[in-house]
Amino acid sequence: MNNTTIFIIVAVVKIALVAFILLTGVAYMTWLERKVVGHIQNRWGPTRVGPFGLLQPLADGVKFILKEDLVPDRVHKGLYILAPGLALTMSLVAIAVIPFGNAVHGIPGEGAAGSALQITGMVQDGSIGDINIGLLIILGATSIGVYGVALAGWSSNSKYALLGSLRASAQMISYELALGLSLVGVLILSGTLSLRGIVDGQISGHPWLGFLPHWYIFPQLIAFFIYLMSAYAETNRIPFDLPEAETELVAGYHTEYSAMKFAMFFMAEYINMITVGCIATLLFFGGWHGPALPFLPPLLQSLLPIFWFSVKIFVFMFVYIWIRGTLPRFRYDQLMAFGWKFLLPLAIANIIITGLIVALRG
Amino acid sequence: MLHHVLFIIFGMICVAGAINLVAQRHPINSALSLVVVMGSLAMIYLLLGAEFLAAIQVIVYAGAIMVLFVFVIMLLNAGEEERTQGNHFALWLGAPAVATLAGMLMWIVFRNDPHKTVALGNMLGSPDNTHGLANLLFTKYLLPFEITSVLILIAIMGAVVLSKKEG
Repeated sequence: MNNTTIFIIVAVVKIALVAFILLTGVAYMTWLERKVVGHIQNRWGPTRVGPFGLLQPLADGVKFILKEDLVPDRVHKGLYILAPGLALTMSLVAIAVIPFGNAVHGIPGEGAAGSALQITGMVQDGSIGDINIGLLIILGATSIGVYGVALAGWSSNSKYALLGSLRASAQMISYELALGLSLVGVLILSGTLSLRGIVDGQISGHPWLGFLPHWYIFPQLIAFFIYLMSAYAETNRIPFDLPEAETELVAGYHTEYSAMKFAMFFMAEYINMITVGCIATLLFFGGWHGPALPFLPPLLQSLLPIFWFSVKIFVFMFVYIWIRGTLPRFRYDQLMAFGWKFLLPLAIANIIITGLIVALRG
Repeated sequence: MLHHVLFIIFGMICVAGAINLVAQRHPINSALSLVVVMGSLAMIYLLLGAEFLAAIQVIVYAGAIMVLFVFVIMLLNAGEEERTQGNHFALWLGAPAVATLAGMLMWIVFRNDPHKTVALGNMLGSPDNTHGLANLLFTKYLLPFEITSVLILIAIMGAVVLSKKEG
């Protein structure tokens, strides 16, 4: 086999593997969410299907596939069908540029050394390269994802769906600014837009104050909280889930969707949550960097980076659920005021201060 | 080879989107065609080696400006456009103007050596697009850059003044 064939095979295997793990993760996040929120509210959550209700996601999946796929009368049919696909596709595109670890060795991959743990990463001459604008691609994909929500509401020909999608697009455009600007502080510190480069900068840097790891969370604590809050708004999660506020809008932009089309919106939302966790981990928490555990056998040692990466993402997912179980919803004007009058100026101030400090230090 | 194939594919998508933009009667279809044009333009930038420009094209034009277009169309609930008989003035002046413009572009393209290639990315003098662009913007083109930002500031102020008038 020549190199191109091997490259294509490795790429397909990587895509299949990531998609499988991701979608399983999404399925079990719904289980976790129902369990945790249940316990927060002094309930049990799902218990019937399988031990601890562990087969519940499977049952839900089967239900989504087998349910009748209703298309309401007088919808704008093309866009109605396009919208959930667009939302899901864009959430998957964002995952493609995320690095999960260094490289796996011993697999006949792109280079002699092995294959990079990233769909779009390549091993060349022993070093791993990835897209040098990885972060921008994620931002681009999420900004295109807004169309999925906007078109879903508009094409459904329903007032609740339209109001939901108007709210959603206004909210997502507004918080995209604060989100993008909150990441600039980290970019000033790292000097690169490559996600792998940002993580490498955190792993190789000197410890802060001599004992803290060189993670950008410590100098960029404010930016991290701005990022987290705007990311919650971007993913339409509580306390910013105005687009699907069920007391006012039935279910918001996906009111008219059923069966698998609804499930696609659902999956897109959860994949976006995972992406948010990935970006937060990569930019602020050192990515796959974690304490070395020298007592483990070599095989487990090589899996350690992925383990740390997953642990960090799990923590973010847990916080998402925790907040959902704890906080009430914002009012719409509060939401807008919070984004424009508080988060945005704070993010700009953070950029100026970070830039000043970096400039003064030379 | 692959470059050429991809260029032709995205070029065709781009032109098809542009034609569809004019041909569609529903504003939202036109707006979405424009998104397709923006997206394929970004891909062409990418093929030219200007990955930063491509990403910004998607984020700013397709992701922000066009979302606002779609948002406004949705908010106003604009219906299908009526098709009129067409403006004779536009037809008689427009068709020759388009032909002239296309001819000029063709002439410029074919006058140059067809084997000479231009890579947008190489013009920045840096392997990393983002660094090269930033260096140019903040040294050689600092004044135009700052003046543009003042222009944008004025536009923002204008928007604020206009929206204040009502309430």
